[in-house]
Amino acid sequence: MSTLLTNVCKQYDQGKTVLKNVTAEIETGEFFVIVGPSGCGKSTLLRMIAGLTQISDGEISIDGQVVNNLPPKDRNLTMVFQSYALFPFLSVWDNVAFGLKARKHDQSEVEERVNNALKMVNLEDLKDRKPRELSGGQRQRVALARAVASDAKICLMDEPLSNLDAQLRIKMRQEIYALQRKLGITLIYVTHDQVEAMTMADHIMVLHDSKVQQIGTPAEIYKTPANEFVAGFFGVPPINILYATKISDKAIRVNNDFQVDLDQTVTEKELKVGIRPNELIVEKADELSANATVQNVEFLGDEKIVYATFSNGNEVSAIVPSDAHFDMFENIKITSTNNVLLFNQDGINVTANREDLINA
Amino acid sequence: MANIDERNVLKNIFSYFLLILLAVVILVPFFIGIWTSFLPTADILKGNYFSTNISLTNYIDAFTNTPILRYLGNTIVVATITMFAHLLFCSMSAYAFVFLDFKYKKFFFALFMITMMLPSEAAIIPNFQTVKALGLLDHYSAMIVPSLTSAFGTFMLRQSFMQTPKELKEAADIEGLNHFQIFWKVVLPYNRISLITLGAYSFLGAWNSYLWPILVTFSNNSRVIQNGLKQLQSEETFNNWGMIQASAAIIVIPTILVLFIGQHYFKSGLNEGAVK
Repeated sequence: MSTLLTNVCKQYDQGKTVLKNVTAEIETGEFFVIVGPSGCGKSTLLRMIAGLTQISDGEISIDGQVVNNLPPKDRNLTMVFQSYALFPFLSVWDNVAFGLKARKHDQSEVEERVNNALKMVNLEDLKDRKPRELSGGQRQRVALARAVASDAKICLMDEPLSNLDAQLRIKMRQEIYALQRKLGITLIYVTHDQVEAMTMADHIMVLHDSKVQQIGTPAEIYKTPANEFVAGFFGVPPINILYATKISDKAIRVNNDFQVDLDQTVTEKELKVGIRPNELIVEKADELSANATVQNVEFLGDEKIVYATFSNGNEVSAIVPSDAHFDMFENIKITSTNNVLLFNQDGINVTANREDLINA
Repeated sequence: MANIDERNVLKNIFSYFLLILLAVVILVPFFIGIWTSFLPTADILKGNYFSTNISLTNYIDAFTNTPILRYLGNTIVVATITMFAHLLFCSMSAYAFVFLDFKYKKFFFALFMITMMLPSEAAIIPNFQTVKALGLLDHYSAMIVPSLTSAFGTFMLRQSFMQTPKELKEAADIEGLNHFQIFWKVVLPYNRISLITLGAYSFLGAWNSYLWPILVTFSNNSRVIQNGLKQLQSEETFNNWGMIQASAAIIVIPTILVLFIGQHYFKSGLNEGAVK
């Protein structure tokens, strides 16, 4: 009882490949987020699940039934569009009731469902207004209410928060998450915002270059990214990727500069190392021992971000406590803890699993 | 600075002078027409336009002595049916051109457009022969059937339908609406302003048509108002100009009504809040 994507492909007539061999299992009742940079095909994938776009190859099945050629209405799902897609000529109440009436539910059931849905998104008082008399956040809620009122078990959302301002976005994020948990529906959510993905998802699918890069829980994606792209996509500020060379079985020299002793053995001679900004150690240093220069410091309240360039020109960002004081163009010495990610030359993660190491 | 202000003032004075002049040129004949409709014919013929003998006699004469009511009735029937037929058929064909996929769509649309290039007067003789062969002469249907649809209406609604956000159709698709329901519940309400515009345009077009009705009608049973007005002039040896003016005033009333009612709907912003 889940949504299965098997080798789903999409090509356009001109031969442009949008999606290649996407395979995933979306469990019933989970919050599944599809994330990736603009143009990676995530909206196309969602539209293919909805049935609004034909798939070129592969198979999509919902609850054991292959739906490749089923029209959208027979797939028993609802969709919240990025632009909300409200009917401007209908009141809020009628907008929410639209789908239920079309599906020929009886009058009393429609009324009950619509009223409950409006209550859930706090729009009861505005039910007689037209969409043009609502603010952006309220329009967004109408679109949500439409999904809530439906009896469909799967809800698709295509970047529903991208038109809202930052504060409202955080609020709606929590509301959507709470609604999904309350209703127990399967929610497939498309976004380009890694924070939305991390905060809401049960499972995240990372799309890039028309391919699935990784599918996993937010913790898995963050701690053990499959490759350099995934590592760089999650985390603010993004992970620092530096070149490193092997100096012994268990030690590497990063950026031809400082040494990191590892818990694991390395096989490659040349590799890339990913260091999260909070794993970098920044110290004041005199000109002789310094290996970097501060370029900018951002104060975030409880911490500071130091942007620096190494002597060879590579840029890094590091998180330091907010009481640490660094000036622009000050000489500093940067080293790292050994909690780093190792990638081979092709960007594939070759870090040994930490739990395995501890258990061994 | 003073220099610029002066130039602005002069520019404004000139603009307003030009506008007032144009308004006078356009409106004065209209007001003379309305004014003379209240004057006795004797005064009009003497050129005594500032007579104070104003009365509603001309209007009473028009309604009691001529079949103008019958003409009005005929015209209302023909214009109303033409208007609804245009709205129905043009919107359906426009929907097909925008939302349905079928073979040779572009070709058929081009064919529609080509018919717009042909002036209707060019087809008047073959049309007359067709109508005659069908035995529809001197009948409402002679005026209604040839203009049941209009290529211009289809073109106009197609352009308007293409502006309908595609998410609205997709949202309706997901809810399982069929094409007829999408047409009726989504596309038509969304484009109601264009529909009202086309309706007004079609109604006035039918109301003001002259050449075709004069060819296919020859009795008071089916004669429409524009031809009827002409009829009033030549029927009598002595032209009762006051009454003719009154009749002319009566028949422009619907035109003005349609424009006033239409104006109320041409407010912008009715579709705000649909997307984004």
